[in-house]
Amino acid sequence: MAQAASAPGVQQALPELASVYWRPRVDEDVLRRRGTLWTTVTVAHVVPFVAIAVLIVVLQPLAVAVSLIALAKAWLIPALYAQRGANVVRPKRRLDEEPERRALGLLGDLVGHEARELYAATGLVLERGALGVWLVGEAGAVLVRPGRRRVFCYCIRVPADELPSADRTSHLLLALREDEAGFATVANLAFSGARWRLRRRLDRRMRPALAAAARAASAR
Amino acid sequence: MSRLVRMDRTGHTTLAEWTAADEPSVESAVTAFREELDRGSFAVVPRGEGRAEQVTELPVDADLVVMRRPIAGG
Repeated sequence: MAQAASAPGVQQALPELASVYWRPRVDEDVLRRRGTLWTTVTVAHVVPFVAIAVLIVVLQPLAVAVSLIALAKAWLIPALYAQRGANVVRPKRRLDEEPERRALGLLGDLVGHEARELYAATGLVLERGALGVWLVGEAGAVLVRPGRRRVFCYCIRVPADELPSADRTSHLLLALREDEAGFATVANLAFSGARWRLRRRLDRRMRPALAAAARAASAR
Repeated sequence: MSRLVRMDRTGHTTLAEWTAADEPSVESAVTAFREELDRGSFAVVPRGEGRAEQVTELPVDADLVVMRRPIAGG
């Protein structure tokens, strides 16, 4: 599987960064702060609903139905956030077979044998980077952080709907390889949280890719 | 034989092929390369697994140069 990094001695920034000049460039500290913020927001959503559920039962045991509704909301809100994360790698509409086949040939030239097999099975390319292990789809990417517990789901795409699916993935893969931190800066963060939350919302076909990324992240 | 490739609706199109020793083929590749840059594409040279380099001049020694379009947050 691949290893994302710039060529030795080459300092290059993704040109697309100019369109998001106000964003701080993503690095370890930025990721840590964003992860903490997402956890805080999740806790701030969950704790009040759980507290209300407990309080209702204590004050009026007959209102257990209302308590259950509050608990359901405490469960549902983080699940909706995780769904938003899973959506970034959801497969898009396929074009005709021939362009898809040609695009797949080019993508196959860019990745190793193992990554090619994983892509054929899951539709995602596994790419090792400095920030963690990436799963690149056609309209987004998932970053599994070292330690493999937290994931970041990024929405990022080439705005050209006529491109075959594998070409859209190749666009993102090449940009990631050019400048990993720049790639994460240009992309819009859709979700950050526990890997297990994302796994539950992910298409079944893609779950082996997340497991492979977690294994690769734990080996770092 | 080196190749200049553009990712497009056909999967990809080979815009030029050249060998460093064949000057006319290099010139024609450089012309095609500049035309693609003028259209707003970016040129990327895959440098083995996990590595890619953005270039603004055609690297004559590269095996493959891929023209990609700009990406954006979705």
